[in-house]
Amino acid sequence: MSDTHAQTVAYVREGMLEQQAPPTKEAGAIRWLRENLFPTWLNAIMTLVAIYVIWYLLSGLLPWIISPTWFSGSLSECREILTGAGQSTHQACWGVIRDRWDQLVFGFYPQELYWRPVLALVVLLAGLAPILFGRFPKWFLGFSMASPFIIFLLLWGGPIWFPVMVALGFVLGAVAFRSAVRFNQIVGVLAAILVPILFWLFLAEPIADALTSVLPIGLESISSKQFGGFLLSIVIGVAAIVLSLPLGIMLALGRASDLFIVTKLSVGFIEIIRGVPLIVWLFTASLLLNYFLPPGTNFDLTLRVIIMVTLFSAAYIAEVVRGGLAAVPKGQYEGADSLGLSYWQSMQLIVLPQALKISIPGIVNTFIGLFKDTTLVLFIGLLDPLGLTSTIRASTDWNGIYWELYVFIGLMFFIACFSMGRYSLHLEKKLQREHR
Amino acid sequence: MSEAVTDRTVNRSAMQVSDEVAIEINSMNKWYGTFHVLRDINLTVNQGERIVICGPSGSGKSTLIRCINRLEEHQSGQIIVEGTELSSDLKNIDKVRSEVGMCFQHFNLFPHLTIMENCTLAPIWVRKTPKKEAEATAMHFLEKVKIPEQANKYPGQLSGGQQQRVAIARSLCMKPRIMLFDEPTSALDPEMIKEVLDTMIELAEEGMTMLCVTHEMGFAQAVANRVIFMDQGQIVEQNEPHAFFNNPQSERTKLFLSQILGH
Ligand SMILES: Nc1ncnc2c1ncn2[C@@H]1O[C@H](COP(=O)(O)OP(=O)(O)OP(=O)(O)O)[C@@H](O)[C@H]1O
Ligand SMILES: [Mg+2]
Repeated sequence: MSDTHAQTVAYVREGMLEQQAPPTKEAGAIRWLRENLFPTWLNAIMTLVAIYVIWYLLSGLLPWIISPTWFSGSLSECREILTGAGQSTHQACWGVIRDRWDQLVFGFYPQELYWRPVLALVVLLAGLAPILFGRFPKWFLGFSMASPFIIFLLLWGGPIWFPVMVALGFVLGAVAFRSAVRFNQIVGVLAAILVPILFWLFLAEPIADALTSVLPIGLESISSKQFGGFLLSIVIGVAAIVLSLPLGIMLALGRASDLFIVTKLSVGFIEIIRGVPLIVWLFTASLLLNYFLPPGTNFDLTLRVIIMVTLFSAAYIAEVVRGGLAAVPKGQYEGADSLGLSYWQSMQLIVLPQALKISIPGIVNTFIGLFKDTTLVLFIGLLDPLGLTSTIRASTDWNGIYWELYVFIGLMFFIACFSMGRYSLHLEKKLQREHR
Repeated sequence: MSEAVTDRTVNRSAMQVSDEVAIEINSMNKWYGTFHVLRDINLTVNQGERIVICGPSGSGKSTLIRCINRLEEHQSGQIIVEGTELSSDLKNIDKVRSEVGMCFQHFNLFPHLTIMENCTLAPIWVRKTPKKEAEATAMHFLEKVKIPEQANKYPGQLSGGQQQRVAIARSLCMKPRIMLFDEPTSALDPEMIKEVLDTMIELAEEGMTMLCVTHEMGFAQAVANRVIFMDQGQIVEQNEPHAFFNNPQSERTKLFLSQILGH
């Protein structure tokens, strides 16, 4: 049989082949080194040069970093420790971090109330968990929605009724949308925006005051001036991130909409906001807004900054999401339309899940930029970690300390931003696995 | 390709046409900018009719059936679907769309949802069907198109023919009274064309009102009760399939048929 097969062109397979495991890559450290670091002469030279550069940098940096000064209480104490140990005084003085840790983290928040921001952080993490990692029971989402108001109450204190009224405004907006959208889409959107605003402007305060006089429960009130350090950065950063995502998505949908006025308003808003530097908006928030607000209103500066940073990053998010919307094939919109889904349903269920998935890297990129930009508030007199460095330097103990604080603050920001970047990668991979 | 359906005996006796009007189109015109795509279209489709629309590329076939569920807007004339006239009134549009199912050349399944979720989405959100019930219905139709075992996969994990059958099942889950097909098989390999056509034939045997844009002439001969030939945005000829294929009247139809059937 076999020799006839060899002579003729016709061929019939007599048995099917079993599936086999793929060949495993040969392992071994030496092999890895040769393949990755020294495959050719040119690569070998480049590897050696790179190793030299790394060694040079580390040999300069490490002695400065590794410094036995953690327990010093002032700059002069540092010098004593270093000379006592017979080392050069050109070394870091890490005592400042330990000495001023509370201040760097909490600013001037009253010491006996530190539990409140800590608890707020726990509430924040718990509230974010279902959104970040999905698959949580339904009631937990209710907790997520309530968490901003709990956090506000914990951080700023005051009577409980004020955050309750703000939350009630959102509920009223949702109810107004539900009842008005039956007549017309646009009327529904207008009602959802106008009803809460009118409620907050005219009704919220009297009702809250009345309720406070009847039932004065709440927490000790803290003014925004007492906020500082990483607490301030995180409050501004997280609030702006959480608020700017929905706002940015709405702006992107507005820009892509068929309704002339909605499109023009969105485009105008986006272009004006992102065409002006953030620092200008921050100065506007701190100085100019006083002229517009009715005299006597004491609108918290931190809240004003949060609003400005939110608007600023929403404009960027809107553009990122617009790119995502444009990348969703037209057939998806048509598929949704042909099934009879309404505009909001097709956006919520079909288009946005796909558009946002595409936009994740851009969105996280914007958030990282936003978080670092919170340091700009130092120019309007808020004491974020960078602003605190000069406060710390103003004390006689730490007069003249620069690098240690900046290195520490930089490291903290790096950890936060790097985690966001990692999370974005995790999310992309997860969604890719799910949707193939 | 035209033999793709001939190895299956088609039960034409079950396909009954009633006198109830399903779709009525009166002197309808449509322009893309200044380009007059659809010119004076008049067409009445009764409940239970199976209509095949054919014609050269660019003749406006897709545009015509996309007007019927308002994926495209017409500028003059009337389109009345199941007694509802299509106008800019969003409520009427949503009503018509939930009565009319549509299958596209490229399936347009939702890639971020499983097959089951694709099928239950519209019943749950548009018809407000309870989830359990919607899933039972979806399973019923997935069994009908012979892919119940794929229910928990994502569209990207299915072959083209399977995806198109899911798309048909997805439309059927809305219990539509009319089904529109826009070249449902032209993106598929030959062996997959057959499985999709078989599904469509079964639908026809159950009395579904169908409008199909297709070049599968075998399907037209076996299933259609009327074939419509379009050219340059107009209905040039329509007839029952035997007469249409064996005795075309218009020169344009003859030319088209000679090209498509290979002389
Ligand atoms: N969105 C659009 N804007 C402008 N012109 C269009 C648009 N869509 C289609 N057309 C034009 O309208 C005409 C009819 O298009 P249509 O898609 O209905 O043709 P068709 O008969 O379905 O062709 P095919 O067999 O290639 O699918 C074509 O000439 C096409 O170029
Ligand atoms: Mg077409």
